[in-house]
Amino acid sequence: MSAEKDIVLDVQNLKVDIPVSAGMLHPVRGISFSVARGETLCIVGESGCGKSLTSLALMGLLPKNAQRSADRINFLDQDIQNLKEREMARLRGVKMAMIFQEPMTSLNPSYTISNQLEEVYLRHISSNRAEARERAIFLLGKVGISSAESRLGQYPHQLSGGLRQRVMIAMALMCGPDLIIADEPTTALDVTIQAQILHLLAELQADFDMAMILITHDLGIVARVADKVQVMYAGLTVEEGPCEAVFDTPLHPYTSGLLRCIPVPGKTAPGQPLGTVPGIVPNMVGELQGCMFRNRCEHATDVCETLPNSATQLANGHAFTCRLSPDAATRSEGA
Amino acid sequence: MIDMSLSPLRGQQTAEEILEPSPMSKLRRRIFKNHSFMIGAAILIVILVCALVAPLLAPHDPYELDLSKRLINPFWHDKKTDAEFMLGTDKIGRDYLSRLIYGAQISLLIGFSTILISGVIGTALGVTAGYFGGRVDMMVNFIINTRLAMPVFLVAMAAVVAFGASLHVVILVLGLFLWDRFAVVMRSITMQARDLDYVKAARAIGCSTPHIIIREIFPNVLSSLTVVATVEMANAILLEAALSFLGFGVQAPTPSWGLMLNEGREYMFFSPWLLALPGMGLFLLVLAINLFGDGLRDVTLERER
Amino acid sequence: MIAYALKRIFVAFLILLVVSGLTFSLSHLSADPALTIAGEQASDEDIEAVRKLYGFDRPIVEQYGNWLGRALQWDFGDSFHYKAPVVEMISGRIGTTMTLGFLAILFALVISIPLGTLAAMRPNSFIDRFALLIAVFGQALPTFWFALMMIIVFGVWWRWLPISGNTTWAHFVMPTIALGYYATPALMRLTRAGMIEVLGSDYIRTARAKGLSPTVVLFKHALRNAIIPVVALAAVWFGFMLGGSIVIETIFNLKGIGWLSYDALLRSDLPVVQAIVLIFASFYVVLTLLADLLNAYLDPRISVR
Repeated sequence: MSAEKDIVLDVQNLKVDIPVSAGMLHPVRGISFSVARGETLCIVGESGCGKSLTSLALMGLLPKNAQRSADRINFLDQDIQNLKEREMARLRGVKMAMIFQEPMTSLNPSYTISNQLEEVYLRHISSNRAEARERAIFLLGKVGISSAESRLGQYPHQLSGGLRQRVMIAMALMCGPDLIIADEPTTALDVTIQAQILHLLAELQADFDMAMILITHDLGIVARVADKVQVMYAGLTVEEGPCEAVFDTPLHPYTSGLLRCIPVPGKTAPGQPLGTVPGIVPNMVGELQGCMFRNRCEHATDVCETLPNSATQLANGHAFTCRLSPDAATRSEGA
Repeated sequence: MIDMSLSPLRGQQTAEEILEPSPMSKLRRRIFKNHSFMIGAAILIVILVCALVAPLLAPHDPYELDLSKRLINPFWHDKKTDAEFMLGTDKIGRDYLSRLIYGAQISLLIGFSTILISGVIGTALGVTAGYFGGRVDMMVNFIINTRLAMPVFLVAMAAVVAFGASLHVVILVLGLFLWDRFAVVMRSITMQARDLDYVKAARAIGCSTPHIIIREIFPNVLSSLTVVATVEMANAILLEAALSFLGFGVQAPTPSWGLMLNEGREYMFFSPWLLALPGMGLFLLVLAINLFGDGLRDVTLERER
Repeated sequence: MIAYALKRIFVAFLILLVVSGLTFSLSHLSADPALTIAGEQASDEDIEAVRKLYGFDRPIVEQYGNWLGRALQWDFGDSFHYKAPVVEMISGRIGTTMTLGFLAILFALVISIPLGTLAAMRPNSFIDRFALLIAVFGQALPTFWFALMMIIVFGVWWRWLPISGNTTWAHFVMPTIALGYYATPALMRLTRAGMIEVLGSDYIRTARAKGLSPTVVLFKHALRNAIIPVVALAAVWFGFMLGGSIVIETIFNLKGIGWLSYDALLRSDLPVVQAIVLIFASFYVVLTLLADLLNAYLDPRISVR
């Protein structure tokens, strides 16, 4: 990786707050990350840790009652925090595109594939219908849909889930975006299809030289495609760093707990029980008090009643937020 | 490992959770917070009480006519009106207020008797179809669709012509017609209930079909049944009024609101209040029933959530 | 799909057969038709002769068979009272009723779709509460009383609109509103509910993620999906409205088939009544059939069941 990376998105201290009857819900409590062109950032965490809301916050698609705040959200060297809805709409679909979790319901059932593919091109690039159609056919080919031209006239219900997700990917690429955000793009698909779609995404990302943020709970996916990993827990980043570093030497007890949950070929003996992380994600209402993971952490002590002021930084951008020293963490991992 | 139950973490539990109210008080609070339920119930109770104690409340006999006191104006029309006839008199000198109060009796009587008949028919059909399914369900579905295809109002008029116009005939005809919603709702609810685990369990331990229907399924459907009943009751009251208005319903001298509208029609140019008052009565009663039903549905739906 | 359609069409015919059979027997239970034709002063011999002539002495099943056979050839016999072919009497008036029904459903849609959409876009806002108020009040307002009140205000007090007859477009204004508002609450609630569901759907989020303008998201992606069930319901309501046209046409002296059925019932003119019941039922059956087939076409899963 070159030293001067072309940073596409740089987020500092992003927060999402939702007022609810019981008080203020803080699903995202201040996370920071950046992603460069040609780079894949994976945001990992359990359901409810705030990763999906993070992606919606970046796109400006949060539910009406949710409030977004951040020190900065620089996208292509422009802070998009104060953009009006109309200006945001000019970025969405063109410069930043999103792929959603549910291919079965994310396409409008009333319109043909071609209509839904072409409309985004017609809106943002040019009103030349022939051009839009050409682009649609080209991209359907790119995402591995055979006989693209005959698919164009079909309605979403005539396609399988895997095909629909391919269409969604083609749709995201219609205007050649700089950033693509994929929120659990393979969760709703069959295991065999999952691998294909993932492979396709990685290939296209390199092909189109985009920055990609992949949001998932599946560490297996992360290991295969990520350049950088960001592990989220209860709205906070607990550990981040280059993919190999995080996988080889997980420093936060939560990360190591997650890693123990996945079988490793050759290492996990048949019949050997996989690890679990007991307990559930805590309630996210109210202010933070100490480490949110401590009621599930086997190493928790009294010092965990308060959080460290900052993340512990290691070489190579690897960082974690835990009272335990890196030595202690690695040691207990071995124990 | 730290025993999690011994280390309750402050700050991760909200005041709301600690002060969790009991289910009963929750339900009560929801009922009181539901405006439409409260308003509907309040109006409904007032009308019900009026109807029940009509003889005490009405200043006059609603049937007693006095041709020398025809078409007296109500109090807001002219200052000279006797306190004796607050809302004036009709074309043959009967006290309008008394007739309006007794009219509530007729409308409520029609409403309640109709849903009693239609509720029994509809529930029986719906539960049968939902519980047994298959051919029985197909047959019941056909009956429901046939009933829906009949133009109720026209056929009800024809039935009144055939059997003679009277309160009993109107109640019977409406009761025999307005069961479709009961059947449709009961059918789908029974189908869902049939697949509930505890109903399956009851069947597995060998409970008889009637026992399962009455003991296991019925308590489940009671709230939906009440909601449907309010809809059909409002429907029956409006239909009776329309039938009586056209002269195909309750006959004179019964003080039915619909019939009063019929009788007042020829005086609409000079005494519009003869039309305005019974219509207001109908409107208020039906509004109250609808609000009550809507509120009830919201309250029970929330509980199930 | 085709097998499903054929099955539905067969059931529709069966329903019409049962409905016509029921009305036929119902109307023949009423006053002796021979007496109606011969008149009150007729001697016993005359009545007997009429009975023979019209075949009223035959078994009812045979009479029904004959009637049905002719009805299938578009011959509903002659009116007892006007001595004219029923088909002619109806075809001369059905246009008025269709116009009224069409205008009324149009009125209902024009009110309910924009209001329901606005309410859905801002739940709990002022406009949402206003729409709810309209729906709640509209549901409780008796159609015929609303019509009478309009006549008093717009026809008698302010003299803006004619109150009787069907010669100009102005004659249709009040009947249209009176009949149309009746369907408004149901259609508006469905629009609102459908719109809220669609606006929260994944494909609307996709459309917004594509950077489409809010207008395109609303009109192209949301409204179209939310409106299909509303149009299907409107078709069914059109069938219901023909029933409502009886009261409205009678009040406004609008001489369509609703008025005709009222007139025929007053005179026990059975052939006319039977024909109109069958026409109303056919309308309802055909419209629901079309709505069902449309739904099956749009959602292939329905026809597989």
